[in-house]
Amino acid sequence: MKYQSQKIAMAYFIVAMALFLVQVLMGVTIGYIYLNPNFLAEIFPFNALRMLHTNSLIVWLLVGFFGATYYIIPEEAEREIESPTIAYIQLAILVLGTAGVVVTYLFDLFHGNWLLGKQGREFIEQPLWVQLGIVVAALMFLYNVTMTVLKGRKTAIANVLLLGLWGIAIFFLFALYNPDNLALDKMFWWWIVHLWVEGVWELVLAAILAFLMLKLTGVDREVVDKWIYGLAALSLFTGILGTGHHYYWIGTPAYWQWIGSIFSTLEVVPFFAMVLFAFTMVWKGQRNHPNKAALLWALGCAVLAFFGAGIWGFLHTLAPVNYYTHGTQVTMSHGHLAFFGAYVCINLAFITYAMPKLLGREPYNQVLNMVSFWVMSGAMAFITFALTFAGAVQVHLQRVRGENFMDVQDELGLFYLLREGAGVVVLIAVILYLYTIFVPREQEVIASQPAE
Amino acid sequence: MQTKSAARNIFFGGTIFFFVVFVGLVAHSYSYIVNTSTQPVTESVARGKLVWEQNACINCHTILGEGAYYAPELGNVWKRYMENNDNDPKAAREAIITWIKSMPTGVEGRRQMPQFNLTDQQLNDLVDFFEWTSKINTQNWPPNIAG
Repeated sequence: MKYQSQKIAMAYFIVAMALFLVQVLMGVTIGYIYLNPNFLAEIFPFNALRMLHTNSLIVWLLVGFFGATYYIIPEEAEREIESPTIAYIQLAILVLGTAGVVVTYLFDLFHGNWLLGKQGREFIEQPLWVQLGIVVAALMFLYNVTMTVLKGRKTAIANVLLLGLWGIAIFFLFALYNPDNLALDKMFWWWIVHLWVEGVWELVLAAILAFLMLKLTGVDREVVDKWIYGLAALSLFTGILGTGHHYYWIGTPAYWQWIGSIFSTLEVVPFFAMVLFAFTMVWKGQRNHPNKAALLWALGCAVLAFFGAGIWGFLHTLAPVNYYTHGTQVTMSHGHLAFFGAYVCINLAFITYAMPKLLGREPYNQVLNMVSFWVMSGAMAFITFALTFAGAVQVHLQRVRGENFMDVQDELGLFYLLREGAGVVVLIAVILYLYTIFVPREQEVIASQPAE
Repeated sequence: MQTKSAARNIFFGGTIFFFVVFVGLVAHSYSYIVNTSTQPVTESVARGKLVWEQNACINCHTILGEGAYYAPELGNVWKRYMENNDNDPKAAREAIITWIKSMPTGVEGRRQMPQFNLTDQQLNDLVDFFEWTSKINTQNWPPNIAG
């Protein structure tokens, strides 16, 4: 750690990891409700717990991005963060908002209140006061990091990172626009959801990955710079019109079936390019960086994002296929591996890299950390396979043969049982990861061979 | 450094190009939705949508395939109830309202829908919203009445 203000990142990572645990606990809980539907039904209904599962995911990933940015920007701009005070106030607003969300969802407080009650659009259910708080926090954040970059060195990594973060804030504003016409509502809802995860978030992903490659492999910055605009261009050239794959069946014109099919097929390309990028940098790099665990997570991120977002996305993105799979467990399988591979892994990679630096010590607990990578990734892949098979059976029974939804669900019990088993394994791996990050031990469980 | 600035310019130029095309198509889709694919939104439909939102229905159900996948698709729920009630709109409306009012079933091993304690006005608004939604031109999705 070269700059004092990079320390800000630590507070963000602690909050992110706490919410990560909440997210996975909620996932295991609602996975269990699939098996035993009466569990908690009268106290905390499925819809409230599911909101916590998805919302805590989104918030912790964003808080992780903010933390990573506060770590990266001083090194890239070669100066301290403009105002650490603003950074901590921003975090306090986000924590307050998150606490408000949790309490509001669980106890359904202020039901129907336009300002204080929950909103009912998927993923943007936050009460309006929280959404406005998020906007304020985002403005403070953008001011803080943008000023730092403007007054300092301007690098390609910082440019792409900032562009992605500005995009996140701008598209979030559509959360405040809710037309009465459901079809219009859906069309613009995707401006947040799709243009985030298949658009500007990819810029953040590419920038963080590039920073990690720069530090971990020791390749020249010029080599990384050549790649990063290419990755950003591929992401947005395909991702913007790729939004069309959400405009097939919601009342939008039929031409989106062509546009969405073509461009979202091409959305595989940036993810494959990230795989090529990461492995090429490792191949070219001279440095034998001591933080092997961070490198494993970074490479794992590129590969799993390619499979989860790329391959599993393509699986059901062509309009004639999507006609049958839309809104089934196939969508669910893709959602889980895509979010894990791309955005969970990049955050865990970055935290694995940054925590030893923030604590001013050599990388620690690497063996256990790498164990947590393999267990978590293996179990997430298992969840994905289980849900993919569940989806295939569901498509056949419900969409092809026209059997009743609930009757079909009863046929899928085995897959949900397998999914829940793997979910418990994910939870164990998450706890192991948190242990390796927050409880530094003096010695590795397996000593590494000293270089000869 | 030549290639880097060229790459940057292609990135910015291309992004602006694709975004402008996207905005143009969305603008066209906007007028298609308002004029062609959906019926005018009445006050009760708008109120019904609010009932749908304030009770977080989307975190169990899907509507036009989007939402949680825990409970049945409701984009065509109106058509399902019409089919089961000899295409009698009054009977279909009553059947949907009765269903919502009788929740939760409490049956062991069945997925439970909460009791939302909706007023008669809210229930009727919600049904109006479902009926309106079922008439959206969705390019013939879903493939069958099962949703």
